[in-house]
Amino acid sequence: MTIENPKTMYEKLWQNHLVEAVQGETPLLFVDRHLIHEVTSPQAFANLRFHNRPVRHPERTIATMDHNISTRSIKIDAAGEGAANQLRALEKNCKEFGIELFGMGHKNQGIAHVMGPELGLTLPGTIIVCGDSHTATHGAFGALAFGIGTSEVEHVFATQTLRQNKAKTMKIEVIGHVGTGISAKDIILAIIGKTGSAGATGYVVEYCGEAIEALSMEERMTVCNMSIEFGAKAGLIAPDQTTFDYIEGKEYAPKDELFEQAVNDWKTLKSDPDASFDTVITLQAKDIKAQVTWGTNPGQVISVDGIVPSPEDFTDPVERDSCVNALQYMDLAAGTKITDIQVNKVFIGSCTNSRIEDLRAAANIVQRYEGKQVVDAVDAIIVPGSYRVKEQAEIEGLDKIFINAGFEWRLPGCSMCLGMNDDVLAEGDRCASTSNRNFEGRQGRGSRTHLVSPEMAAAAAITGHFVDLNA
Amino acid sequence: MEKFNIHTGLVVPLDLANVDTDQIIPKQFLQKTERVGFGVHLFHDSRYLDHAGTQVNPDFIINKPEYKNASILLARENFGCGSSREHAPWALQEYGFKVIIAPSFADIFYGNCINIGLLPIKLSDDAIEQLFELSPAAQLTLTIDLPNNLVICGDLSFTFSLSEFQQYSLENGVDSVGWTLNKLEKIEAFEAKMPAWQ
Repeated sequence: MTIENPKTMYEKLWQNHLVEAVQGETPLLFVDRHLIHEVTSPQAFANLRFHNRPVRHPERTIATMDHNISTRSIKIDAAGEGAANQLRALEKNCKEFGIELFGMGHKNQGIAHVMGPELGLTLPGTIIVCGDSHTATHGAFGALAFGIGTSEVEHVFATQTLRQNKAKTMKIEVIGHVGTGISAKDIILAIIGKTGSAGATGYVVEYCGEAIEALSMEERMTVCNMSIEFGAKAGLIAPDQTTFDYIEGKEYAPKDELFEQAVNDWKTLKSDPDASFDTVITLQAKDIKAQVTWGTNPGQVISVDGIVPSPEDFTDPVERDSCVNALQYMDLAAGTKITDIQVNKVFIGSCTNSRIEDLRAAANIVQRYEGKQVVDAVDAIIVPGSYRVKEQAEIEGLDKIFINAGFEWRLPGCSMCLGMNDDVLAEGDRCASTSNRNFEGRQGRGSRTHLVSPEMAAAAAITGHFVDLNA
Repeated sequence: MEKFNIHTGLVVPLDLANVDTDQIIPKQFLQKTERVGFGVHLFHDSRYLDHAGTQVNPDFIINKPEYKNASILLARENFGCGSSREHAPWALQEYGFKVIIAPSFADIFYGNCINIGLLPIKLSDDAIEQLFELSPAAQLTLTIDLPNNLVICGDLSFTFSLSEFQQYSLENGVDSVGWTLNKLEKIEAFEAKMPAWQ
């Protein structure tokens, strides 16, 4: 049967949320779920108060504390005065406007993009926004999810809608299956390496193909999480049985008959077979190797068995200049083997890689080194994504594996991904990090970040350098 | 939001691609609950030689005396990539920039600029190249004519475009929340038709 006017998943999500499209105005879309945190919300609340406007749907908004908080203590003032002010403001604002808050010590507290999915707040077929660019994570469920600025946070508070121009569509198909030991992080880094760090600016990306379908929900979240790192507005993966099984029974998810109705609706979301995309990119899964970034944007990435590139390897003058600057900032010589790069810090955490499967994968590598400790030159921290992840890891004894090997086992939060708390790198530090950005100064002024999978980060902690675990 | 009509100002050429919002305003300055106080920290790690921000870096172009009063920032591709922090356009605006010109912008940053009345202008690679060539020698002054969508540089001029509503919002300083609240019946009608699980 041919479908008339075949649509992509993005077009369906768009159509399903269109409140109004009138000539001369940016289309107005309904927002199902709004996640907020302490850093990008206070000015939005202040403006509501100034205009005497209420939050239209406080029950569609959920707040968590994540960006600023200490990973050593659940005390609100443990990460300095500025952080404490924002955390207290969030408490006060949520109370005043009737918003549910998962604050310090709450069993649901965690990084917004870890907490939402694990509680069943993230559902297929919805629009989810948050004042954080890694909101794309929720696209793993077939939700249209994207980061917004504080003015837009205010707009969503007051109206439960947003104005959005329609994006172009890109299909990224990963054909076949990845080899043993290749993680979701390697898949997304390989994709970004292929497209470049702005390759999907102006697009909403849909990931598909056998390699994507084979991923667990947590792995799919890792892939979608980094959509923004090559410029995409959002990343999407079609919901399937894996998705439905993950959601069923979660605290905030629809139950019983409502769940069945929802699944029926969710099954209609996938792109129609003949739907056309503005751009199509394909990768062969079997060619993807473990990835390590060498530069100062996530597109500057290479396989672990490779060497640091030279500016002459780039024909585009902008990329060549970027390479020159990156090598200087990263203090790397062209031609250096990736496995010869020594690190002195390791960070396993962030909304990209702090879920239970990430911690299991890292613990597995630690165990593979049979009793070896984190090498003396390295400080390594593990920061679970949420209180629930931490609790599950402790039930499984993963914390003991890490602690016995010399890792620090911390409390949940965004931590060293952006270093808004005291988890910052010093000038000249070189870090193997499971986070999502290797920008200059991201983890601390003058610090150097290499983005890797949890497996690679664990191996780097034990050996002091990157390792080709599949060699 | 302030209305934008015609602006004439000095250009500072920042010859860098992929300027991310962490560079524009590093994270340690995001711990505020107000919209002000960000301009002084704009481009902190490049602008100052020390972490505390007491030693000005004389080599960073924005610090050069001849660009002291610049109000138009010229940059390379993918300007404003990375974090969604609106603090980045707040910092640029508070510093004194009215206009950012680049061949391309990151999507979230672009929208954030429009929402606060900071005009992001996309020009072709050729036009950008011409402006970079003109800017260091001459103290390049441009006139930005928003109603006519023109960047005017002496005898030269370049056209740019915005979506219709963005153009209208900037020219009229529209309160976007108030605008949408006038459509409440549309939103209510949409909500009434939503499936129960949603």
